[in-house]
Amino acid sequence: MPDNNSKKTESIVPYRGGGFAPRPQRIVAPVLFIALIAFWETGSRMGWISPIVLPAPSEAFNAFKELFVSGQLGLHLSASLQRLVIGWVCGTILGLAFGFAAGLFTMARGGIVPFVAAIFPIPKIALLPLFIIWFGIGEESKIATILFGTFFPTVIAVYGGVDNVDRCLIRMGQSFNLSWWSIVRKIILPGALPAILSGFRISVSIAIILLVAAEMIGAEYGIGAYVLLAGNLMAMDQLVAGVAMLSCLGLSLSWVIGRAEKYFLNWRL
Amino acid sequence: MDLHLKQISHAYDDVNVLENIDFHIERGQIVCLIGPSGCGKSTLLRFIGGLEQPTSGAVMQIGSPPTDSLNPLTYIFQDFALLPWRSVRGNISLVLEDHGIKGAAAKAIIDDVLLRTKLQDFGDALPKQLSGGMKQRVAIARALAVKPACLLMDEPLSALDSQTRELLMDDLIDLWVKERYTACYVTHNLNEAVRLGHKVVVMSRRPGKIREIVSIDIPLEERQKNPAKLQEYQEYLWNLMRDEARAADQELNNA
Repeated sequence: MPDNNSKKTESIVPYRGGGFAPRPQRIVAPVLFIALIAFWETGSRMGWISPIVLPAPSEAFNAFKELFVSGQLGLHLSASLQRLVIGWVCGTILGLAFGFAAGLFTMARGGIVPFVAAIFPIPKIALLPLFIIWFGIGEESKIATILFGTFFPTVIAVYGGVDNVDRCLIRMGQSFNLSWWSIVRKIILPGALPAILSGFRISVSIAIILLVAAEMIGAEYGIGAYVLLAGNLMAMDQLVAGVAMLSCLGLSLSWVIGRAEKYFLNWRL
Repeated sequence: MDLHLKQISHAYDDVNVLENIDFHIERGQIVCLIGPSGCGKSTLLRFIGGLEQPTSGAVMQIGSPPTDSLNPLTYIFQDFALLPWRSVRGNISLVLEDHGIKGAAAKAIIDDVLLRTKLQDFGDALPKQLSGGMKQRVAIARALAVKPACLLMDEPLSALDSQTRELLMDDLIDLWVKERYTACYVTHNLNEAVRLGHKVVVMSRRPGKIREIVSIDIPLEERQKNPAKLQEYQEYLWNLMRDEARAADQELNNA
């Protein structure tokens, strides 16, 4: 390019890169959380927020303390956790079995995939009355709801994960004469693990949602029953305490899965 | 053990990929397969190791492999094919476990192959920590661990930068001089072919046929000292391939 300007100007080339790479920040979330609670508390104390609409966090905390002191907390929590654990574990085991079958065998895939596509979108809450007729009003119908809710997303995550295992690694295994079982155990299972663990994140959240829904029908104890009762009595402080417990439950389970990911997937970049 | 590729032809659906391929891989020899892209040379290598089946013809084993060979036909892949969740030692032990070799016996084999590939200090590293050249060394160590009768190398240096390629090339030559392994080496790099091959099989574009089999009778260890002679061979090969390569390049993909 001809430069007619006899006097040459100098300028720094502007920087255009950067951005598009959010990093995890430990400090942001707690600060934001505390600020929000503090704002809510002052709002309630100053009378901007009516206690009928939303109780102050301190009131909700008092309700929680009452629950703890009366000894009811343990009953509610153990009832809920028991349902959650049994339902989720059984649903996950079945989901893993069917997911691997769909990922490994042509015939199984032909049967399982359309079946899952047909049933997965049905809200399991809509099936709850059916489960009550089948399994009675007791624990079984509640566990069945959680089991079904966990089963389908697990199947989808597992067979998707198996499909995404690097074919080159499987071919390598075959070229070294590894047995079918060795290839499944040492190549396909670890290769599908990232997808399976992220499937667990989703299935745990679904399990908590369904737990509360199931406990709202004919349960004596359980966080869902506690929340429902609080709603019927218009005891907003208890309701907020119950909802906060659910949120904490979700957070701690997500933390556990996060630890599991760190432990099992430390080989990833 | 020698290998004989006996009149191999192959077609995907209606497209002929390979036609009447017939040559021998003799013990202690490196046979290089070169040809324009899409001529079916990688497919041919998969036939040799039994990962795919040709439409007609067969790969024959002449004689039986040495009895201590755990996996007579062993591949070295272009993309290394290492398990990212296993350490270097774990990746090598993977191919021994199925033969029931564990514990001290496995450790002895692993130590030996790591030493032979100059990896003794990297046994506990994960693949993500290694450079491309080191990863391919691990793959070579893994292949040596099963005492192959014939190494099947599918463009093993193509994913590496040119300096690393140079270093690893020297290692492959040194290893041959020491151990006289048998290999079939697929490449599109003529220089690699003339430096490593006792026999270079030149293929034509699709449908792949053997254009010519060029024997290079300079001993491997003396080739570095004879650059002019190698250059001659390389030019000869390029002349065989040039028009084919151009035509292959301009071919439309009607797949």
